[in-house]
Amino acid sequence: MTLEHVTPEKLMAENKIVIQNLSLQYTDGTESLRDITLNIRANAITVLFGPAGGGKSSLLRCLNRLNDLTEVKVASGKILLDGENILDPKTDVIALRRKVGMVFARPVVLPMSIRQNLTYGLELAGEKRKSRLEEAVERGLKLSALWDEVKNRLDDAAIALSGGQQQRLCLARVLAQQPEVILLDEPTSGLDPISTGKVEAALQELKKDYTLILVPHSVQQAARTADFAAFFLQGELVEYNEGKELFTHPKVKRTEDYIEGRFG
Amino acid sequence: MKRASFSNRDLIQRLGFSLLTLVALVTVLPILAVVMYIITEGAPAMSWEFLTAMPRDGMRAGGILPAIVGTFYLTLGTAIFSVPLGIAAAIYLSEYARENWLTRIIRIAIINLAGIPSVVYGLFGMGLFVIFLKFGTSILAASLTLSIMTLPVIISASEEALRAVPQAFRTVSISLGGTRWQTIRRIVLPQALPGILTGVILGLERAAGETAPILFTGAAFFLPRLPGSPLDATMALPYHLFVISTQVPEMPFQIQYGTALVLIAFVLGMNIIATVIRSRARAKRQW
Repeated sequence: MTLEHVTPEKLMAENKIVIQNLSLQYTDGTESLRDITLNIRANAITVLFGPAGGGKSSLLRCLNRLNDLTEVKVASGKILLDGENILDPKTDVIALRRKVGMVFARPVVLPMSIRQNLTYGLELAGEKRKSRLEEAVERGLKLSALWDEVKNRLDDAAIALSGGQQQRLCLARVLAQQPEVILLDEPTSGLDPISTGKVEAALQELKKDYTLILVPHSVQQAARTADFAAFFLQGELVEYNEGKELFTHPKVKRTEDYIEGRFG
Repeated sequence: MKRASFSNRDLIQRLGFSLLTLVALVTVLPILAVVMYIITEGAPAMSWEFLTAMPRDGMRAGGILPAIVGTFYLTLGTAIFSVPLGIAAAIYLSEYARENWLTRIIRIAIINLAGIPSVVYGLFGMGLFVIFLKFGTSILAASLTLSIMTLPVIISASEEALRAVPQAFRTVSISLGGTRWQTIRRIVLPQALPGILTGVILGLERAAGETAPILFTGAAFFLPRLPGSPLDATMALPYHLFVISTQVPEMPFQIQYGTALVLIAFVLGMNIIATVIRSRARAKRQW
């Protein structure tokens, strides 16, 4: 890896997540990840990209153990978050999911008000103090650049927001919980270019304080946003490098072909 | 030539539509006829006394209060047993159970329970609740019997209502650190509630109108006082209607139709409540 774009801060930053030899198979026999080893830096945007079915979403869903909901047959290897193996059966998955938030491809606002959407996670965790909840609402909405648009109608139904606002609300809902890692699974796939720009701008701000892992909805978005980029193809990690390096000088032919649009 | 064939086709199409409309109307006709007939024949019997007094003169005069109160108690008793059980079973089937041989057996059992003739429930209830458990001919035994009959309706309707709540809500709630139960209690149940309520009311409405299941388990032929405890027998509208229509000589026509009118009003009233809940919930639904 060439280091010319790496600032001293980035060199100092620790690996937030260390993935070692992770393999994953579903009960229907389909294999989704094969022997993945990957280090994810704190305070950076790591992009996982590649054609559909490459295992990007499966990997994301391992990182907050959302895969527990689907029928996973075999998961082997380790995922260390701050040094702890989260695939260990003894892991407190509830605490893990508070620490590792997730934004989905389709904005799913819960059927309640804007405010309640933001306080939902905290209330589940037993937070009852009004001041804390208020604080979380404001923090989440400001960080996701939605505050100015909705501050006067926090008690309106969240479903009344536009698609782009809904997706930023989903991001705000995660941020209200003060997670450490945020997983973003094609968060802009249903949005217009202006809304997409707003989300991307918010992500650039957020990486100062959070570890972001993004599955982008296009190669262009991958190139625009990646501090680090990992190219996945059919369950394999083909290439992993600093974003600028990978998109300008890919080392593997398959990566180059995909970036230049020869398949995908 | 072409034009002619077009208008021919048009004519056939119109004929077809008219025929279908007619068939649809035919299905509405019987219910309209029954309701209208009962209203016109039963309305003259309606009076404050008819609704609030005890029967007199071998049920040939006076009111039908014990039957009204009895049907109310039986419906309430049925609700107490079948609603919590039915909803709990539906939550298990929809939210917790995995598809395997056990859930398949449960589902087959539910479908078959719904197909058993109501008189069989009556005999079963007599054997189990009245005789074996020694509840006697009582509101308790009759309510339990009606509950077993109502359960499949409530379970199926509730399960359907729960399954209609988008999966994405559950995934999001879990991803925010919710447990399965928190997700059910805070998101899934509130969203499914209108559908569940509709199913519950329709199930109870059927229970309120049944005669056979209470025949051997709790219904009294003539009991000119209000039941004082769940272990008392009771009069009930459907059974009372059967009795005064077939078992009492020289019964005034009016009282029979008046009783039928009260029963139909009770059941249709519940039906209307269910419809209102459903349409209100649809208008408010956020998905």
